[in-house]
Amino acid sequence: MQVYLPIAEVSVNVFLLLGLGGIVGVLSGIFGVGGGFLITPLLFFIGIPPAVAVSTSANQIVASSVSAVLAHLKRKTVDLKMGVVLLIGGNVGALFGVQVFALMRELGQVDLLVNLSYVLFLGVIGALMFVESLRALLRSGKGVRPKRKKHYWVHNLPFKVKFRTSGLYISAIPPLLVGMAVGVLSAIMGVGGGFIMVPAMIYILGMPTKVVVGTSLFQIIFVAAFTTLMHAITNQTVDIILALFLLIGGVIGAQIGSRVGVRLKAEQLRILLAIIVLGVCFKIALDLLLQPSELFSITLGTG
Amino acid sequence: MRVLLAIALLISSLMPLQAQEQVVAGISQDQISITTDFDGSELLIFGAVKRETAIQQDAPLEVIVTLSGPSGPLNVRQKSRRFGIWINTGNARMDAAPSFYAVNTTAPLDEILSVKANQIARIKVNNAILAIGAFGRVANPGQYREALIRIRENDDLYQLNEGAVKFSEQTLFQTRVTLPANLTEGDFETRIFLLRGGEIVASYQDTLDVRKVGLGRWLYNLSKTNSPAYGVLALIIAVIAGWMASAVFGYFRR
Repeated sequence: MQVYLPIAEVSVNVFLLLGLGGIVGVLSGIFGVGGGFLITPLLFFIGIPPAVAVSTSANQIVASSVSAVLAHLKRKTVDLKMGVVLLIGGNVGALFGVQVFALMRELGQVDLLVNLSYVLFLGVIGALMFVESLRALLRSGKGVRPKRKKHYWVHNLPFKVKFRTSGLYISAIPPLLVGMAVGVLSAIMGVGGGFIMVPAMIYILGMPTKVVVGTSLFQIIFVAAFTTLMHAITNQTVDIILALFLLIGGVIGAQIGSRVGVRLKAEQLRILLAIIVLGVCFKIALDLLLQPSELFSITLGTG
Repeated sequence: MRVLLAIALLISSLMPLQAQEQVVAGISQDQISITTDFDGSELLIFGAVKRETAIQQDAPLEVIVTLSGPSGPLNVRQKSRRFGIWINTGNARMDAAPSFYAVNTTAPLDEILSVKANQIARIKVNNAILAIGAFGRVANPGQYREALIRIRENDDLYQLNEGAVKFSEQTLFQTRVTLPANLTEGDFETRIFLLRGGEIVASYQDTLDVRKVGLGRWLYNLSKTNSPAYGVLALIIAVIAGWMASAVFGYFRR
């Protein structure tokens, strides 16, 4: 069954879109990532114009994140206070990131910028997470519990705030900065930023893993909503029909994912996410390194 | 077809003599609606040759039918290897390239169309693309145009169907053009040429309206005319869908 997408102006298979949305939704529910880093390249692959793919995936991330956050709210694994601090920083960062994106588009190398940031960030974060969680998994296998560090250097700053759900009493400055950095990157890479946010919350802020997923999803809703609105107004590239089919698959997947997530151990969760992140990184790096079968590409309009 | 011929002859008898041979033609549809379940379409273009005198015997009459979609500017980019990775290094601007272009003929194009006639009527896809801007900017503009044609031919957006026009008794012709699903809306131009000895002896032109309809049309218009409202609508749908999925799953768990 084919469906004609009015904004993308292409016809695609309905079940393909539902399946894509479903897979990304499951991941979103398990790991608390929006899945933008996965769905955007997948949409390129099935022939959706890149501009439409980037903005529409932001829209679908809103839906799957809302669905997953509601499941997390019921289990009280969302630190709302921390989420608000993060998203204030996030939106400031996103505004700045949009400007950087526009500048790079003028220079005509936006594709390269996006691909290189994907390889760099996915590679570094994936490798760090993989090594760390593998170590943790081996240690827990031997039955030796590591001592959890309660205080990182970033905690010794002014403006201390109590984050009760996370069990933290730390300065508001590091979460604001983390939020801002993620906002900049997510605007440039066209993703919610969960795959950067999750490790940043664990390794920089020292938040417990169970709270990290729900809180990350909570702030992703707002960053992705902001991105969707910006793209709809400035580029007019959000395709509601495309988003609709992706999100029908996505919200169902997210519900399944958030239930699978609670059954897995934190270390297993992290190592799985690390493997997926490294896999996508490897694929994009390969595309940059290997000679493409078609050296030419077409971009519509004057640009 | 008999009826058509009769109609053609009737029309021809009523009209004053303008040329020795003229085209009388019709298209199976004067409008194509792109609905949400649009999956491509097929167009039948048919007609007859109207003539006052007996059929000339010196050279056979040939027919070329072209169908072209709305034209627009675009950029063709070329990748090459820099510092070990493949990045866009060349960029050629095409001033106007049709979004769709089909050429259907009675015989191989080079045998029935002279170089001069092609240049005048811009029949071959090469001539249908305006690439003045590309010349002088890049070293090999022809290569960029070839790449554009190659990519669009793979997507069935550019077609050359030699021998696809059925032409009987040097009078009646008909051909089918398959329109792919990834069609851009706008005015599609149909042109029919009669050729003898490589030269154009008569031509005919008509436009075909390709439009999105229904929900697709409404969404497309809203996204252009009131983009903030469109953005908010997209977000509302997303939030409701997310909430509904959560509510439904919560209900089943209880």
